[in-house]
Amino acid sequence: MSYRMIAPVLALLSLLLPRFAAAQNGAPSIDEQINATVGAVTGPFVSFIFAPFPGTTFPWIVMWLVVGATVFTIYFGFIQFRAFAHSIALVKGDYSDPNDAGEVSHFQALATALSGTVGLGNIAGVAVAVSIGGPGATFWMILAGLMGMASKFTECTLGVKYRNEYADGSVSGGPMYYLTKGMGEQGRGAIGRVLAVLFAIFCILGSWGGGNMFQANQAHAQLVNITGGESSFLSGNGWITGVVIATIVFIVIVGGIKSIAKVTEKVVPFMALIYVGAAVVILIMNADKIGWAFGQIFAGAFTDVGVAGGLVGALIQGFKRAAFSNEAGVGSAAIAHSAVRTKEPITEGFVSLLEPFIDTVVICTMTALVIVITGVLNTDPETGRYLWDAEAGRIATAGGVGGVELTSAAFESSFSWFPFILAIAVVLFAFSTMISWSYYGLKAWTYLFGEGKVTELIFKILFCIFVVIGAAMNLGPVIDFSDAAIFAMAVVNIIGLYFLMPIVKAELNSYLDRLKSGEIKRYAH
Amino acid sequence: MPGQLFLVAYDGEDGGVVSYAADHAKTMGASLHVLHVLEWSPYSFLTPEELAERHKRRTEELARANDIVMAPILKSLNGTGVEVSSDIRYGNVVDLIIGTAKDKEADMIFVGRSGNSLADRVFGSVPIGLAQAAPVATVIVP
Repeated sequence: MSYRMIAPVLALLSLLLPRFAAAQNGAPSIDEQINATVGAVTGPFVSFIFAPFPGTTFPWIVMWLVVGATVFTIYFGFIQFRAFAHSIALVKGDYSDPNDAGEVSHFQALATALSGTVGLGNIAGVAVAVSIGGPGATFWMILAGLMGMASKFTECTLGVKYRNEYADGSVSGGPMYYLTKGMGEQGRGAIGRVLAVLFAIFCILGSWGGGNMFQANQAHAQLVNITGGESSFLSGNGWITGVVIATIVFIVIVGGIKSIAKVTEKVVPFMALIYVGAAVVILIMNADKIGWAFGQIFAGAFTDVGVAGGLVGALIQGFKRAAFSNEAGVGSAAIAHSAVRTKEPITEGFVSLLEPFIDTVVICTMTALVIVITGVLNTDPETGRYLWDAEAGRIATAGGVGGVELTSAAFESSFSWFPFILAIAVVLFAFSTMISWSYYGLKAWTYLFGEGKVTELIFKILFCIFVVIGAAMNLGPVIDFSDAAIFAMAVVNIIGLYFLMPIVKAELNSYLDRLKSGEIKRYAH
Repeated sequence: MPGQLFLVAYDGEDGGVVSYAADHAKTMGASLHVLHVLEWSPYSFLTPEELAERHKRRTEELARANDIVMAPILKSLNGTGVEVSSDIRYGNVVDLIIGTAKDKEADMIFVGRSGNSLADRVFGSVPIGLAQAAPVATVIVP
């Protein structure tokens, strides 16, 4: 075990332990201490990632993602629309060789990648976007989701093409590998290696942030919400929720108790269906308002309806939350998708482009419509403009809540029992996202430090510590750090994708030609 | 009738169905095709770790099925004078038995009456599935 591996553990413990001790002596609570410490550590990193263009309020990182998705969309000739039907045929298994049964199917790779992305971004993240950016944020979120399909297509094709296949038959894939191997093929090995190492570092931070702390934080928020709000015994004691979740995560990822993960993997898709189902029912109950809601979304997208920053505010929020929810361009999904068994890497690209569609265009839009339609955002009855709550930094809401509690309040206005279902969904989504991200982070960690039981155990223990920290911190610092870490992955990944996109184009053209000529055949079902 | 082919669905435990089919094949001069199916759905859900290790696991599962299930039963058929072929496949048991029967143009299917629990009766078992959809005469061996 080298010093560079121990260093982060020691640094973290030295920061936290004295403060835990201080908290015992009647000083500020443990939660407040964790908040102050971690907030101070992550502040500069967050400020850099979200730095605006000089003289504007527009963060450069948001522009970076939008430009990336637009470039891929145009370069591949609107592949997300051209290949949509073919993608569904691939997921159905129409082109899968029956002799490959028992291997990872396209459906399984998609489902696993989706369970890593469908999570709190869809429930809490959307509430944040709509409450800060107004209904117009939804428009930009959908647009970002549609464009992001091309980014996902590019990275997942590369993930399969350049994965490592080991002698024992297991695989490792993801941006670390395509940046190194793909760019190596192009004679840019040195840049590729630098990008791969940077990506791995950011991926580890992302796995602690968005893939972990944000999840724990919002799971805790909803648990407080259903156990009596501020009077709940959990209120202000996020570390309790954190320790419980961390223990379960620990049992699964360290103890190797797969049964818990297996149950979650089976329950999560049903929770997603129940969630979307409930949203659809609410929309049907308010069918007369759907037209009005879309009117609000379009109006808010292009005009000032009373939110901070006007249409730019809506755009920034929409794009940010879409990227955070579907992770297109971030590179995480390429790790999950790379395990599929296929002779054609491009087929996994096609399948993966469905991911931002399901995640953002369908599920996030449902959440946004429910929030807008149920009227939990307060408007001025005279002007129809949204009332701004300057203190909270968002639109004034019914009950003064934000994040997951706002979504909960919106659903509750139609079904009084829904917060309980939502709490179960939130905890399960949070848990499945954590399991997925613990794997993504671990892959990056082993890429940097090498594979080995001790190395892996250190990562897993750190991961569990961050669950507790995430549950204890306030929403603001958690969201900032989560976003910053995940967007930092996108910075590195998209640079690599620009270099590697001609390789994907060659694969695409070859595949489409063979599909047309009948060389790639459809197996009868 | 010479040249007949009997398809035997072997679940790995019920050796009786194989010897029963072998006896009939011998009297009728038919050959046997022993099929063992590993239940598998391409629509099941796996964790990222399971995805990464799936190919490795599949290779191990096939080797185990061959060593523990198929090899002993094929050995027991040695010396019966019946021509035997075999296959191990992944997928839905009933679908694969029917698919193999069609592909190989089997004349009869032999299957053990495995699973007689309440759940099997309610949700259907392999013999019940075959009784409903088998393309050729099917013998259910108790």
